[in-house]
Amino acid sequence: MMYFDYKVAGGDFTGAGQASSQLKKVLKQLGVNPVIIKRAVIALYEAEVNIVAHARKGTIRIQVTADFVKMLLDDEGPGIKDISKAMEKGYSTASDKVRSMGFGAGMGLPNIELNADIFKITSTPGEGTHLEIIVQFK
Amino acid sequence: MTVCPTQAIRVVKGKALLNPYRCIDCGECFRVCPTFAYSVMHDNIEVLTKFKNRIALVPGVFFGQFPDNISIDQIHLAMRQLGFSHVYEIEGGVEILKGAFNRMVTSLEYEKPIISSFCPSIVRLIQVRFPGLVGNIAPLIAPADIAAIYYRKKLMEEGADPKETGIFYVTPCAAKIAAFKSPVGEEVSALDGVINLNFLFNKVYHLIFQGKIVDDNPSVEIPLDLPDEKSIRWSLTNGEAKNISGRALCVDGIKNVIDFLEKIENEEVTNIDFLELRACDESCAGGILTAENRFLVVERLNKRARKHGLLIRENPDVKATSFADKADYLLDRIILPQKIEPRSIVLDEDMVKAMQKLKKSRELMCFLPAIDCGACGAPTCQALAEDIVSQKANLSHCIFMQRQMEKHNKLSNDHAFKIIEKVWGASRLDKDCYKKGAKYETN
Repeated sequence: MMYFDYKVAGGDFTGAGQASSQLKKVLKQLGVNPVIIKRAVIALYEAEVNIVAHARKGTIRIQVTADFVKMLLDDEGPGIKDISKAMEKGYSTASDKVRSMGFGAGMGLPNIELNADIFKITSTPGEGTHLEIIVQFK
Repeated sequence: MTVCPTQAIRVVKGKALLNPYRCIDCGECFRVCPTFAYSVMHDNIEVLTKFKNRIALVPGVFFGQFPDNISIDQIHLAMRQLGFSHVYEIEGGVEILKGAFNRMVTSLEYEKPIISSFCPSIVRLIQVRFPGLVGNIAPLIAPADIAAIYYRKKLMEEGADPKETGIFYVTPCAAKIAAFKSPVGEEVSALDGVINLNFLFNKVYHLIFQGKIVDDNPSVEIPLDLPDEKSIRWSLTNGEAKNISGRALCVDGIKNVIDFLEKIENEEVTNIDFLELRACDESCAGGILTAENRFLVVERLNKRARKHGLLIRENPDVKATSFADKADYLLDRIILPQKIEPRSIVLDEDMVKAMQKLKKSRELMCFLPAIDCGACGAPTCQALAEDIVSQKANLSHCIFMQRQMEKHNKLSNDHAFKIIEKVWGASRLDKDCYKKGAKYETN
């Protein structure tokens, strides 16, 4: 088992994607099926961007085994009031103005769920959000 | 060693060794090597003598090597003098590719973005570093191969004997030579040989410069090709992308391409229909086998393109070379017969073992200095760590580790010297005033 830890700074869109790029490199070296790598990387990237977009800061802990990759994301931020609503496709808290700019399409969380084998989300409004994403290799 | 985008080079006994499995034939090492340690295999002009019909297929960038005061006619004559019976330009095949790409872009059958297969180095890069994107590569052959098929057919129809017909592609590109020697997705190449563009340029220029061009047969008119404006620009940056309907992007330079493909792979960038990716900066004008400065080549090609455009627009009876007379014949033959397969670099075929190796190499990185000096013969500290866990190198190859080992009496001074010689060659620690930059510098 291997662990990789990353810190994510809220608002730093330029730096988003570091953890997913590193994960991709590792999974390629291990010889994981490219289709599965893609799923893990897309899920992680979406989650990373969520922290950057909404939270003050966050941490990512990635656990890689020979059978699966588990990604734990914790952030300090506004949290999500209604998780089931946030999981609906197209649901977004973004204002019309932000949406008109092409952001906040409400596809982030549903996209993570789509690419994950196991996806758990817990959140405390006003404190932060915790995600657990597992992608299995077989 | 350090410029290699797939870390395929290691220095052993003073020589650069290329791992053929990793190498994508981009030629970046050839471009920067101070000692000309790398060479490009190509066919010599003597192979021509085997054939009665000796066809040279030249890309537009070939003409772009010559200064403005040398005419295309002179170049043709010089090439005839060198032994070619016919000289044709490859850009006639572009029209057919343009149509095929646009059909793919609008078809739902193909995964987007469609990545052009034009640059053979890019195809190899994707196989090695982006195996997940192999399915996005358009399974089409290159303009040079289309031209080869076209002219072979044409000559056969005119009664030429296939056995006596040799078609040679004059290429600015090391990867194209490699693609000919070991094709990807094709069983046999449509060509009979490839000729280094730089080599031929020097031969032709020399003849013209010395004023030795004679019109051997003035009664025979030299058939000059007339590729249209867009076709001439095809091998330049944005040459393909500008002809695609839909969102098409061009990226040139191998490092830029890698950065961009990372984004595509992460789906950070989406909704692109077509990607034109070129390994060389300024695309084929910056090919490693070119002689002239890339920006001048681009300028000359653009000038020629405009000239052809004007000529075609102003003279209704002047027709551009487009291979339209054999379009159906070519359309049946432009699809790559074999699937392009990934060629991933893994630490071990067995994932559990790969995992152990990766863990161990990360532990080794705790000790290695991470300055990537290359003195160990590997391009980066991480590459050395991976070599060590794969039993291809030792920790003592690192000169920082050597100091540590000497301090703790684990390595003798003599042994440390031997290690350096093992990597850099027997005489490498000796004084040498003839190396580049030294007192008696020589080549």
